[in-house]
Amino acid sequence: MLQALSLGAVLYGLWLLLSGHYQPLLLGLGVASTVVVVLIARRMDLIDREGHPVHLSGRFLLYIPWLLWEIVKANIDIARVIVRPKMAIGPTVLRLKGTQKSELGHVIYANSITLTPGTVTIGLEEGVLSVHALTREAAEGLISGDMDRRVTAVEGAADGRGEHGA
Amino acid sequence: MALLADIASWACLIAGSLFAFIGAVGIIRLPDVFARMHGAGILDTLGMGLILAGLMIHEGFTLVTVKLVLIVVFIFFASPTTTHALARAALNGGVEPVVDGKNAPAAETSERTGGPSKT
Repeated sequence: MLQALSLGAVLYGLWLLLSGHYQPLLLGLGVASTVVVVLIARRMDLIDREGHPVHLSGRFLLYIPWLLWEIVKANIDIARVIVRPKMAIGPTVLRLKGTQKSELGHVIYANSITLTPGTVTIGLEEGVLSVHALTREAAEGLISGDMDRRVTAVEGAADGRGEHGA
Repeated sequence: MALLADIASWACLIAGSLFAFIGAVGIIRLPDVFARMHGAGILDTLGMGLILAGLMIHEGFTLVTVKLVLIVVFIFFASPTTTHALARAALNGGVEPVVDGKNAPAAETSERTGGPSKT
């Protein structure tokens, strides 16, 4: 129910921002279409903790600035590697164990790795990630496990029920 | 004030274009499929982000800026997904990642066997 309400609020907010119309008739039509969409999503069983993880939002918002800063640093590193006449690359494939408990946590971790230039997740099976790293430094950054710990913290201790991978 | 915003906006646009250019050079220069994805990674994070940030500064606090922010959010969700799909397609197609100059067949045997897709 919480998920349905928050999905409705998010959809309506999105509709308002994208439309930019504030006449009563159009606002009413927006409410009507939001309700229809939420009902359809409910019938399709799309509204669950995995599909609309509202319980993560607060901690996730704290994680985003850290991730953005990591992305900026990694971008500069990789850009520097690319523009050097002699590219000092050392591609490796690593296997990492994600310590997250849910599949959603693993997906957040895998996507964070991919978003950071220099590391791309090429496989995710049973919580074990195969990561292609372009340089030694990028690989070492991942092995240190900082990102893994932070994603696990986003997931939180309370998130034990519902969807489970491992 | 308007001048300041203009300068900031142009600085972002130029820096973003520079990163996009470096990303494109990377796609050409890097040796194999998997390495080239890292070049594309520069394009769709800092290249895209700085160009859109420049446009946001240019627009100021308007609905257009909100839409630009939404574009950034959607790209940040979509781009790792497509990169992952590309990597999986390459692995399933039998492309071996080049590791320090040689192929590493042991590194991706379990990806080949498939299993349920997790994303």
